[in-house]
Amino acid sequence: MASTGRPLSPHLQIYRWQWTMALSILHRATGIALIAGSVLLVLWLVALADGPNGYLVLRNFLTSIPGYVLLVGWTWSLFYHLANGIRHLVWDAGLGYDLSVAQASGYAVFALSVILTGGFWYGLYILVF
Amino acid sequence: MGLQNPLGRVRGLGSAKAGVHHWWSQRITAIALVPLTLWFVYSALMLAGSDYSVGITWLAQPINSIFMVLLVIATFHHLQLGLQVVIEDYVHHEAVKLLALVIVKLSSIGLAIAAIFSIIKVSFGG
Repeated sequence: MASTGRPLSPHLQIYRWQWTMALSILHRATGIALIAGSVLLVLWLVALADGPNGYLVLRNFLTSIPGYVLLVGWTWSLFYHLANGIRHLVWDAGLGYDLSVAQASGYAVFALSVILTGGFWYGLYILVF
Repeated sequence: MGLQNPLGRVRGLGSAKAGVHHWWSQRITAIALVPLTLWFVYSALMLAGSDYSVGITWLAQPINSIFMVLLVIATFHHLQLGLQVVIEDYVHHEAVKLLALVIVKLSSIGLAIAAIFSIIKVSFGG
């Protein structure tokens, strides 16, 4: 990599850790988590096509403790990636680059993801039980 | 006067030829995924805890079949574009990088086709 001997820009550790940096890497991390969620969606569809027995196996797994942990993680990742994705699209339109605005939208996105996840599971609890 | 040589120009080579395609595809799929995800979240809420027969009846409805196919296509196209960037950022061994990219591209297509085939099978009452 550095075989040319040219100076490199300072590495990540040089910078003071900031809220917006955490949000930035979370977008990538939740994106990767959503890949697992997408595979789960495919499994659900394949199980539906497969028949009642295959469906039952998946349903039993998803209603176990590890299954719920996975589902809660998936829903939060989904809401975070969705909200922060919209934040990225606004940036792509050239808006919201002021430091104060970027920080405020970051707080808003994170709060929204937590509220939506809580709301989703509360609604699910009301509907199912 | 650019640094590109005449042969390169004739062949249409250069950074601008495909440069924004990846970026643009990712934005288009992202925009498509906003309403599709909201539909999916609403559907998941309605379907949560349901058994096999409810799931099958729901998916067999044309509107749900169509939205689910759209969701799968947009999701897997967006997903493989995103994962490609992650691999390109972190995997510096050329052969490993190439192998990882091929696996991502092929398995994305495979998973998407498996999902779409399943939706069609359920939708046509198979």
